[in-house]
Amino acid sequence: MQEKKRKIVIPSQLLGDIKSKNAGKGTFVENGKIYSEILGVLNEGGRYIDVIPLKGRYDPSIGDLIIGVVEEALGSGWLVDINASSPALLHQNEVPWRVDFGDTERYLNHGDSIMAKILSIDESKKLQITLNDRNLYKLKGGHIINFEPSIYRRIMGKKYSMIEIIQKYTRCRIKVGKNGRIWVDGDADGIEKVEKVISKIECETVSFGLTNRVEELLKKGAKDVR
Amino acid sequence: MTVVPMIKRDYINKLAEQGKRIDGRGFDEYRKIQIETGIVQKAEGSARVKIGNTLVLAGIKMDVGEPYSDSPESGVMTTAAELIPLASPDFEAGPPREDAIELARVVDRGVRESGALEVDKLCIEPGEKVWIVFIDLHILDYDGNLFDAASLAALAALSTAKVPAERFELGEDYPLPLKEPPISCTSVKFNNVVIIDPCLDEEEIADARLTVATDTNGDIRAMQKGLNGSFTKDEIQKVIKASVDNGREIRTQLYKSIGK
Amino acid sequence: MKSDIDLIDSNGKRLDGRGAEDLRPIKIEAGVLHRADGSCYLEWGNNKILVAVYGPREAIPRHSQNPLRAIVNARYNMAAFSVDDRKRPGPDRRSREISKVISEALEKVIILEQFPRAAIDVNIEVLDAEAGTRCAGLTAAGVALADAGIPMIDIPVSCAAGKIGGHVVVDLGKEEDNFGDADLPIGVSPRTGEIILLQMDGHLTVDEFNTAFDMAVKGCHKVSEIQKKTILDKYQPSSEGK
Repeated sequence: MQEKKRKIVIPSQLLGDIKSKNAGKGTFVENGKIYSEILGVLNEGGRYIDVIPLKGRYDPSIGDLIIGVVEEALGSGWLVDINASSPALLHQNEVPWRVDFGDTERYLNHGDSIMAKILSIDESKKLQITLNDRNLYKLKGGHIINFEPSIYRRIMGKKYSMIEIIQKYTRCRIKVGKNGRIWVDGDADGIEKVEKVISKIECETVSFGLTNRVEELLKKGAKDVR
Repeated sequence: MTVVPMIKRDYINKLAEQGKRIDGRGFDEYRKIQIETGIVQKAEGSARVKIGNTLVLAGIKMDVGEPYSDSPESGVMTTAAELIPLASPDFEAGPPREDAIELARVVDRGVRESGALEVDKLCIEPGEKVWIVFIDLHILDYDGNLFDAASLAALAALSTAKVPAERFELGEDYPLPLKEPPISCTSVKFNNVVIIDPCLDEEEIADARLTVATDTNGDIRAMQKGLNGSFTKDEIQKVIKASVDNGREIRTQLYKSIGK
Repeated sequence: MKSDIDLIDSNGKRLDGRGAEDLRPIKIEAGVLHRADGSCYLEWGNNKILVAVYGPREAIPRHSQNPLRAIVNARYNMAAFSVDDRKRPGPDRRSREISKVISEALEKVIILEQFPRAAIDVNIEVLDAEAGTRCAGLTAAGVALADAGIPMIDIPVSCAAGKIGGHVVVDLGKEEDNFGDADLPIGVSPRTGEIILLQMDGHLTVDEFNTAFDMAVKGCHKVSEIQKKTILDKYQPSSEGK
C-alpha cells in the first residue's frame, strides 16, 4: 500500500507547472507556474494541485452548516457572528417563526446560538444565513467549543468515521459547525472528553493514524496522556 | 467585542454549581505561573510573567529628575499600563481607557503604599535631584487575570532592577532598594460562586472582582473591588483566606525565580 | 556626526567583530501567542520584536472599509522600556510613518481581493530596540501573516545596509546607526526580487548606493531562508521527512 506523505508548503512555494497540472484551491499562477498562496498541506493526487489550509479564518461557502452567535437584533432581522471576516445577516423571513418588524428581540437576542446554513454570498462577500430547514434551529443547553476551522474535515473523518467514534465513546450529542464551532450536550465527563479530543486533533492534524489514536484516547477514559 | 454565547455562560455556571471549573481547576487553584527576569536589555529591570496563557512584560526604566514638593527627599515612582491591540482581538489602539488606568493604579498602589520600593533611598540631592522609577506594564496575551500577572511582573522586574548610576555619572550601578513586596491575588464571582485566578471565559461572565494584596505576615496591604456586582462579607473573608494562602506560594516562586 | 571611535578597522572588522557582509544573529519563532490569529517572536542582534496578526476581520470604522478588498493596518509601536531613554507610551510621528511604510509593503504581497470590506491588523511591538527595528518588524510580520493563514504571493522580508567610516556594510548595529554616514533599509518580495519598502538617509554616491542595495538584497535572501525554515519546522511533524 502506497503511503501518502503529507507535505507542508508555505506562501510563494513553487508547486508545479500549468502545462502538467491544474491550479486548484490555495494556489495562484504566475508566468505559467503554480505557487502556494498559504501555509497548508499539499494535495497533488489528481489533475489538480490544491493546498489545504492549516490555519485561517472560516471561508464560507453556500450551503455550509454553521453555528452562529447572535450579536444584535435589528429591525428586520439579526446580525450574527459566524467566525468569518464579517458578521452574517439573518433576515426575519429566513426563520421558521412569523416575526413582525421590530419584534425580532422576542425570538433571538444577543448571545443566543443557532445552527444555521449559509444562504448567499454576494460579490463583496456580504453573507446571509437561514434557519429555514428542519435541521436548523436555536440551540439550547450544552456547551460550545471552538476549533480551528481548517481541521473540520479531520473532526468529521473519512465517511464521518472520526465524529462517529467521538459520539460513541462520549455518549454526547454533537453538532459540528463548519465555521469552527461545536455544540455538545451530555454529562460533564463526556463534554470534557470531547474537549480533550478536539484539542488533540488540533495538535496532531497533519499526522497519520489519528483516528486510531483518538479511539485509544477515548477508550482510556477521561485520563489522557498528552 | 466578541460575543459570549449564552450557552457557554450557562455551562460554566452549571459546572460551578457542581463545584467544578471549566478548565478542571479547584476554586482556590491558580493556573501554572512562569516568571522570567532580565528579558529586555535596554531596560534597567524587566520580567515576563505567564499565568496560564496570560502573558505580561514589565519593564523598569529610570531617570534623574525633581522630587515632588511635598516629599523633597524621596524618589518618584510612576506606573503605566498598555492594553495593546496585540494581546486581544478586543483591545483597540489609542490612549489608555479606564481598564488600563485602573490596572496601572492598582499595581502602583500595591508597590507604593506597602513601602516595598524604598523611595527614601532614591534621593540624590534633597529637594533637587532624585531617582525616578518608571514601571511600564505591557500586556502581550490576554487570557484572564491581568491584575495578578501585571503585578507579579512589576515585582519581578523591580526585584532584579539596577539603578543606572554609572550612566548618569553618579557612582556605580546598584540594585534597586526593595523591601518584601506584597503579592496580589484576584478572585471573581459569578452565579454566587467565588473562584481565584479567573481564566478569560470566567472573567467574561463575572459579576464582581476582588483583588487582595497580602504580605509575608499574611496581613492585608491593598484591596480593589471591580465590576458592577457585589460581595457578601462571608465571600470577602473567603477571598482573603485564599489570597493569603496562594500569596504565600506565589511569593516563594517569585523569590526562587529572582535567585533569593 | 563624527565620533572618535573607529566603526570599522583596517582589516574590515566592525565594532562587534563582524565583517562587512555579516548579519547579526537572528532567531525566529512562529505561533507564540494564544489569542492572536498568527504571531511571531523575532530576535535580531539585541532587537526583540513581537508581532500579532488579527484577521481578516470586519474593518472598523465602517467608512474605512473598501468594498473590493481588505485593508492592511500595520501598527508599529515601541514599548516604553525598549530604548535608552524611556519613551512615552503612544504613537509618535516616527512610529506612525514606519507603520505606514510597513502597511504599504504588506499590501503588495497579501492577496487582498479575497477579503472585501475586511481589515488585516498587524501589530508590531518592539520590546527591546537596537537599530534596524523596522526591518525586524517587517520580517516578523511576514512570518506572523503566514502563521495566521493569510494568503500571500510571497513572504515579505527586510534588511538594511549602510555606510560606516567610508565602507558600505550590511545590517547596521547601534553605534553604526548613530554615527554612520548612511542607512538604507529595504523590503523585498524574495520570490521575484521586487522592492516593497525603500528608505534612505545619509550620503551615498550612486556607486555606493548600488553596492549597499545589492548587499541589503543579499541580506534579505539570507533572512528569508530563516523565515521559511522557522515556519516549516513548526508545522512539519518531526516524524516525517520532507
